[in-house]
Amino acid sequence: MGFMNWVKHWKTLVGVSVVSAALLVSGCGGSGSAVGGSSSGGAAKSDTVKVGLLHSLSGTMAISETSVRDAEKLAIDEINAAGGVMGKKIEIVEEDGASDPQIFAEKAKKLLSSDKVATIFGCWTSASRKAVLPVVEQQNGLLWYPTQYEGMEASKNIMYMGSAPNQQIVPAVEFFLKQGKKKIFLVGSDYVFPQTANRIIKAQLAAQGGECVGEEYTPMGYTDYATIISKIKAAKPDAIINTLNGDSNVAFFKQLKDAGISAADMPVMSFSIAEEEIKGIGAQNVAGHYVSWNYYQTTKTPANEKFVAAYKKAYGADRVTDDPIEAAYDAVYLWKAAVEKAKSFDVAEVTKAAKGLTFDAPEGQVKIDGDNQHLFKTVRIGIVKDDGLIYEVEATEPVKPDPYLKTYDWAKGLGE
Amino acid sequence: MDVSLFAVAFNGVSLASILLLAAVGLSVTFGLMGIINMAHGEFIMIGAYTAYVVQGLLLKSIGDVYYFVALIASFFVAAAFGLVLEQLVIKRLYGRETDSLLATWGVSLVMQQLARSIFGAPNVNVVAPSFLNGGITLLGATISFKRLFIIALVGVTLFFVWALFYRTRYGRRMRACIQNREMAQCLGIRSDRIDSTTFALGSGLAGIAGCALTLLGSIGPSLGQNYIVDTFMVVVLGGVGKIIGAVAGAFIIGLSSTGLEFLTTASIAKAAVLFLVILFLQKKPQGLFVIRSRSLD
Repeated sequence: MGFMNWVKHWKTLVGVSVVSAALLVSGCGGSGSAVGGSSSGGAAKSDTVKVGLLHSLSGTMAISETSVRDAEKLAIDEINAAGGVMGKKIEIVEEDGASDPQIFAEKAKKLLSSDKVATIFGCWTSASRKAVLPVVEQQNGLLWYPTQYEGMEASKNIMYMGSAPNQQIVPAVEFFLKQGKKKIFLVGSDYVFPQTANRIIKAQLAAQGGECVGEEYTPMGYTDYATIISKIKAAKPDAIINTLNGDSNVAFFKQLKDAGISAADMPVMSFSIAEEEIKGIGAQNVAGHYVSWNYYQTTKTPANEKFVAAYKKAYGADRVTDDPIEAAYDAVYLWKAAVEKAKSFDVAEVTKAAKGLTFDAPEGQVKIDGDNQHLFKTVRIGIVKDDGLIYEVEATEPVKPDPYLKTYDWAKGLGE
Repeated sequence: MDVSLFAVAFNGVSLASILLLAAVGLSVTFGLMGIINMAHGEFIMIGAYTAYVVQGLLLKSIGDVYYFVALIASFFVAAAFGLVLEQLVIKRLYGRETDSLLATWGVSLVMQQLARSIFGAPNVNVVAPSFLNGGITLLGATISFKRLFIIALVGVTLFFVWALFYRTRYGRRMRACIQNREMAQCLGIRSDRIDSTTFALGSGLAGIAGCALTLLGSIGPSLGQNYIVDTFMVVVLGGVGKIIGAVAGAFIIGLSSTGLEFLTTASIAKAAVLFLVILFLQKKPQGLFVIRSRSLD
């Protein structure tokens, strides 16, 4: 009996020492991050870490950006449920950029200097990113940017989760050329992304044996495409590349179909239409045409099955996931991985640790490029079907991001 | 480029018919009341969403016929909204042009946000009735049935408006109010009732335009914003308050936009038309057709 008592006692002793060791370790972790993290001031409690979410929750961009914000929240909830980042729960500080680049800049400043967030997930339009860029550079913050964009940028304080032009535009043009569709007509909205994209496309067509047989831009919100469609018919292209934005897409596709141009005669490749936009255009008006992205709701990976199910469970069965939504979700996990590798919340340490980091994302494995903080991404050409979803037709190997198109001979001089 | 001249002309007429449909209601309210109704585009939006709702309710049961029900419903729903707006806001602002401009602009923002809250911010889709799909090819131009339908719809609408204005007692009273409000009041015309009816009529016409535009364009909360500038341009160029003015304004703008766009680009055409309208208004500030008014101002 005496012996058994002793055994019990011994067990308790071991238990106590294990617990205190654990406490000691976690205590060390806490103080370690306080030393490493320039951003963890008095405001940050030792068991949480603050991150900023900065998207437009009001104004014209709210529709796109709230879904992206939802994806970021989903990832944060999942991470918190699994124990947080380095044992710390993530605390969200949310700000509304109100679709106004100026407000984005102010809110970014507020998140960094008064909330002292460890990082920011945010923005959608290039205008808002360009407004936040000087703020994060000056205050040494870190922005994770979820959307595809026109390239020609690589800030050390921004992580670019969307595709660079060579991960969306270049493979799409190659897709048409491979099918023998050499005469291409370009239609776009009259602003920076379509103009930049079309400069790239024209250079590529000229170098790879294609031909640009027409190029038309319309003001934002333009509604009558009869004349442009007449010009398209007269130019007799093999295919159309479309960089229209917003409502104009609806008018363009409806009127194109009306004019008797079917996807079989003259397919259209679009860069700004994802699952969300197809609902408004009407699947029957855009079925058979192509899009180019890195991710579709139908992309077949184990991670995507889980992601789509979790997203629909959290926000409703009628919600769809699309490319930027998925990229925003990846951003949170990549940040977590970088922090854990750096064992610090410090921006310089995190970006250093992020180089070469991989993540099994819903779109397949992505990897942060050490040179420019963009992602290696698989490019998928997709076809729109009658059910309003996009199905993959062709996929590349993961493509190295090249925001300045330095590796393409024909792209010399485009960066200026 | 071998785009046939006929194709350019048809596109121009088609654009003119769309502009006219959107502008005729505005021409009526602007002309009679001198109210600068910035919310006119939102009545177009109401018409489009009415078509969407009617489609949801009736497409399965009665098929393509739903579209005609939608046209009529859009008129009445938009007219009802117009009546409410007139009673709540416009009525209190007669004779205060700048105030009415600001107030109706505010109303337009509220209505857009309402649409966003009810239907969600993304565009919705209205399925065009199947007999309007396709078209015929004539002299090198594709004449789509939807565009033909809109041209015909404009014709019918204009005929009804004309008959109402020039062949009914209401029309006579209304014209009397436009020409000389005080004198009309002295003769026992309830000008406030005329105002309410006319504003509702103008809004209803915008509703019809909205329903028709679902065939060609997007249906979303900001739909009205895509048309409002062009409609004002038509009304101002044509001269306010006269149907023939709106018709002339729409045709001039429609044909010249299409022609210029054919020769240059869409952005340049848009700017050039705006510039030409400004030049024209320097010469004739009251527009093409002027109503001879008997009021002493």
